[in-house]
Amino acid sequence: MKYIDEYRDPVKVKALLDEIAGTITRPWVLMEICGGQTHAFLHHGLDDMLPKELELVHGPGCPVCVTPLEQIDRAIAIASRPDVIFTSYGDMLRVPGSSVNLFAIRAKGGDVRVVYSPLEAVDLAANSPDKQVVFFAIGFETTAPPNAMAVLQARQRGLNNFSVLVSHVRVPPAMEALLSSKTNRVQAFLAAGHVCAVMGYHEYPTIAEKYHIPIVVTGFEPVDLLRGVLSAVRQLEAGKAEVENAYERAVTFNGNQPAQQTIQTIFMSVDSKWRGIGVIPMSGWGLRPEFAHLDAETRFAVGEIITQESPLCIAGEILQGLKKPLQCSAYGKQCTPQTPLGAPMVSAEGACSAYYRYHR
Amino acid sequence: MTDNTLDFEGYTCPVPIQPKDTVVLGHGSGGRLSHDLINRLFLPELGQAAPRALDDSAVLTIGGERLALTTDSHVVAPLFFPGGDIGRLAVCGTVNDLAMVGATPLALTCGFIIEEGLSFEMLQRVVQSMRDSASEAGVFIAAGDTKVVQKGGADKLFINTSGVGRVPNGVNISGTNAKPGDVIIISGTIGDHGIAVLSEREGLGFETDLQSDVAPLNHLVEAMLKAGEVHVLRDPTRGGLATTLNEIAGQSNVTIVLQEQTLPIRPQVRAACEMLGFDPLYVANEGKLVAFVADKDADKILAEMRKNKYGEDAAIIGMVTAAGVPQVRLKTAIGGTRLVDMLPGEMLPRIC
Repeated sequence: MKYIDEYRDPVKVKALLDEIAGTITRPWVLMEICGGQTHAFLHHGLDDMLPKELELVHGPGCPVCVTPLEQIDRAIAIASRPDVIFTSYGDMLRVPGSSVNLFAIRAKGGDVRVVYSPLEAVDLAANSPDKQVVFFAIGFETTAPPNAMAVLQARQRGLNNFSVLVSHVRVPPAMEALLSSKTNRVQAFLAAGHVCAVMGYHEYPTIAEKYHIPIVVTGFEPVDLLRGVLSAVRQLEAGKAEVENAYERAVTFNGNQPAQQTIQTIFMSVDSKWRGIGVIPMSGWGLRPEFAHLDAETRFAVGEIITQESPLCIAGEILQGLKKPLQCSAYGKQCTPQTPLGAPMVSAEGACSAYYRYHR
Repeated sequence: MTDNTLDFEGYTCPVPIQPKDTVVLGHGSGGRLSHDLINRLFLPELGQAAPRALDDSAVLTIGGERLALTTDSHVVAPLFFPGGDIGRLAVCGTVNDLAMVGATPLALTCGFIIEEGLSFEMLQRVVQSMRDSASEAGVFIAAGDTKVVQKGGADKLFINTSGVGRVPNGVNISGTNAKPGDVIIISGTIGDHGIAVLSEREGLGFETDLQSDVAPLNHLVEAMLKAGEVHVLRDPTRGGLATTLNEIAGQSNVTIVLQEQTLPIRPQVRAACEMLGFDPLYVANEGKLVAFVADKDADKILAEMRKNKYGEDAAIIGMVTAAGVPQVRLKTAIGGTRLVDMLPGEMLPRIC
């Protein structure tokens, strides 16, 4: 299959692995931001093929992992209403709120549906005039353009029964938050290729310079991942701290302009809470005031949300790359994909679920 | 941002949630949740008399004759999909469950649960498809039942089929029989059925010429049994090949190692899976079987399978490497190794 096979070519993979092994001379800690990359490393068994000097730590780039508990509880409260069709990307349904998840609401008769695109939810609203259709607009810069487009279309089509529950976060502020933490261990970043396909990487040179850290825009196939690793290792060994693009076929410096314009039309930067991490200033996107009437949070006043957190799970440390899933005492025991204690065990992009699926 | 340091405001995690008070859709996925339900509820209450209840069919000795008995309910939306329909599925599903213990299928029963409002035309097409599939498999439908429920009480049409078959002398096939050294053969491409059905569902926005593989496999099995020593047979339906192999690894307490590059996967299935974030190893099949056979007979059995129209793309995909650790591992195409787990619950499209 074109664009897949050539990036999974065992010969190229071997050559890159040899080159990385020949370049590295001492231990380095490298963080792949995106949970999709974490899964790709483990899915292809690449983690065990890299030199032992190289430690991969797994970043916070897992949309459902960082969606705050309050917002999930709010989603559950809205989805429980008989007048609501609640729509969401699939993974979100399994994430535990304070007491139940969205699957449980569906089992109790709530109309909760998985959509593959938010535009399906807009169509659903057009076809269900007697119902309120709510879309759970979560994720990073990757899901923001389609989610923004859904809001735009709903307004253009005059759909009064469509709204979005927004929980959008951005990568660069999270990178800065990690780097400025006293406990930071990360020495180089593999930047999330798909996020950069939308946003470009013009925000990164400032970060690389300020924190003296190499940042390499990296894709998701084995050859892409290893090219990213090789660039990062070369920089680390040479004492450089530059921004490089190792995902040229998808990413340009300025990114996808129409997509960014769509985002800017609908959303504005806001302080945002990251589950397991805390509030990071100006790290998220909220609806602009002119779209406030499409905000599910105001449309459905669900009352005060009081969340119940447990100290058992170390999701926060996992999401910040401070600990690995295998260092969690609950991992694989109390906490499995069937009985997740935290979101990283739920999501297809969560580090804990990646370890559980591929690495026990 | 400059002086923002992370506050560890409690490593946020909610209290544990176990879906133990209600049944959720994932309990029907064929994956780990389904197994939990069977092991924790059904087997303790109902399973005492059936030591091999986890095989596709029970084998009962009645008057010196060994009879295979099985039942299967079919709930598929849409009722008609590329390459098949619920009627063909209902017949083939039960025929295949009988074949997977090496039985020659003899007769089926069928129970229809019909939602009021279903058109006679549609019902007739389903029933004709059942007739044709039964005739292809060489079984007859011996008894039936009909129930009609009010609108909303079912989704158009559910069909249950039960089947009985005769296990020939000397045939002993079970998920408990896998041994180190066994060669693992798949009868053809994986994931065709799941992706074909998915492509018909609303909203996924892709079109494909892919057909479901739904087919009766009893004649293929007969040919395999004549060709050599077969230890385990299983049709990897819901939960896909990964879940089926994990079941067998557990039943036989063995380690299975698969070779990724030998897995037969159609380009359309690969493409759809890449797009949706699915792994073909977990996508359902309805006309495939996986066989664990003696090393010495593997080539002979494979050659025989390839002569059958439902085994043309058969391939050796791995082997049983050791006893004592029930696990499925995959040698990836690029030379790495990873674990292959059961499907945890429902298979969900990825977010980005």
